[in-house]
Amino acid sequence: MSVDQANVRRIAHLARIAVKDDEVPHLEQELNAMLSFVEELSAVNVDGVEPMTSVIPMKMKMREDVVTDHAGPQVIVRNAPTSEDNFFMVPKVVE
Amino acid sequence: MNTHAKPSKLIKGATGDWEIVVGMEIHAQVSSNSKLFSGASTEFGGDPNAHVSLVDAAMPGMLPVINRECVAQAIRTGLGLKAQINTRSVFDRKNYFYPDLPQGYQISQYKSPIVGEGEVIVDVTATEQITVGVERLHLEQDAGKSLHDQSPTESFVDLNRSGVALMEIVSRPDIRSADEARAYVTKLRTILRYLGTCDGDMEKGSLRADVNVSVRRPGEPLGTRCEIKNVNSIRFIGQAVEVEARRQIGILEDGGKINQETRLFDPGKGETRSMRSKEEAHDYRYFPDPDLLPLEFEQSWVDELASHLPELPDAKKARFMKDYGLASYDAGVLVMERASADYYEKVAKGRDAKAAANWVINELFGRLNKEGKSIETSPVSADQLGGIVDLISEGVISGKIAKDLFEIVWSEGGDPRALVEQRGMKQVTDTGAIEAAVDAIIAANPDKVAQAQAKPTMLGWFVGQVMKQTGGKANPQAVNDVLKSKLGI
Repeated sequence: MSVDQANVRRIAHLARIAVKDDEVPHLEQELNAMLSFVEELSAVNVDGVEPMTSVIPMKMKMREDVVTDHAGPQVIVRNAPTSEDNFFMVPKVVE
Repeated sequence: MNTHAKPSKLIKGATGDWEIVVGMEIHAQVSSNSKLFSGASTEFGGDPNAHVSLVDAAMPGMLPVINRECVAQAIRTGLGLKAQINTRSVFDRKNYFYPDLPQGYQISQYKSPIVGEGEVIVDVTATEQITVGVERLHLEQDAGKSLHDQSPTESFVDLNRSGVALMEIVSRPDIRSADEARAYVTKLRTILRYLGTCDGDMEKGSLRADVNVSVRRPGEPLGTRCEIKNVNSIRFIGQAVEVEARRQIGILEDGGKINQETRLFDPGKGETRSMRSKEEAHDYRYFPDPDLLPLEFEQSWVDELASHLPELPDAKKARFMKDYGLASYDAGVLVMERASADYYEKVAKGRDAKAAANWVINELFGRLNKEGKSIETSPVSADQLGGIVDLISEGVISGKIAKDLFEIVWSEGGDPRALVEQRGMKQVTDTGAIEAAVDAIIAANPDKVAQAQAKPTMLGWFVGQVMKQTGGKANPQAVNDVLKSKLGI
């Protein structure tokens, strides 16, 4: 498996990372180097093997349905670059 | 299932008939106290960002922990849809960027949902029933809310809804008209409300639909579909189906092609329009969420939940038809809401069940609708209405007077029997009094008497006169009998 320059631009766009045109060939090489490294794994036969989800056999913990968390709006928006009336404010996005 | 529409459901185009094919994704907000993966409150409204935990705001290092009750609610819903419950399912990340999704992904279920195939039996009209297949139901997080009208340059983001549990219920493309689409959502909403797993409040956004619409010539393979996002009322769902089908037929008949795309329904303009911005975002790059182990539970828990399910609308309707001898349509109307069904059963208990149904459906529901009230806020209680039905069946009041009595109880309250006494509304069954009234009218109207003897349908005029004179309290049957014998017809 490998990526071409169009893939690189698409991946960057999906991740909302601004990539300049002259950076694309370099990123293409980097990504392909990683992919070929990971590619070694495909030599292992995993037919009929369930993907491992935990190193020890354990079940997902569940919590009871009670309200336990009142962080408070000031705490929530404290790190926001801009906020008003406890709303986060972001550059306008309209459909 | 790939059923074909009946000829009556086809739409006439300029070049022949078309069939509409609709499938729906319903997003139903799970009724719970706290969110799917955090301990923040799910309460509707509230000040901006007041019901948000650091998990919902996706602060670094926060980990999701699943709410057992949300899982139980999904299982109950699956049982209510007669669906396969998967005791092992997996949460995945659905990746996309939007300011009201702070994680940059929605935790959802992709390949392994908690609920598999089920079905919903839908009454489209009094005589027509369809079965809509359910493909799956999965649990996922809701997103926050963006406000775009607060500032010319910025959007405001409120994360109160972020992380609230949703059930996405995906139907098979088994729906063939706008009416069927409306009826499907109505029925699904009824089932959810019976189960108590979603309040179904569409005004608050607790139930929203993505509607997939395509058209085809009868008997042909499925056409290209368009998805109309986030339709939030049952009426709009019907309109959106109608309008979108017409649009597609217009394009196809002009020799054009349908592009698969996401569209938005504008109820004001009565049209759907393209949401182009959504198009390239469709690459969600799902992968299993590494923060969450697979969701596994015992079948015994499912059985336990199943044993506590309430009687569901289909079963209740069948019971009403069998036990109370109601027609399918009347039973269907009564079971639409659990509270209405309970109310009816209270009125019907120990009384003429059909008369009770007539009073609940025609008088009470009619009046409630007119005043925009719900059964919960009905000014007339089930006991009061039952009292009115008793008075009729005992012959104390006539059906006509009963309507007046209903009005009094509605606006003033009180015990129906006492009101009838106090206000002298009792029916006159005493033949002596009726005879006196009849004699007086006959004496005063010799011309009418002659007419009635020639033409017996004139009897109605006399009945009316007697009723008028007795203030509507005379027993109609007694009046008829007396009149017939006195007039000799």
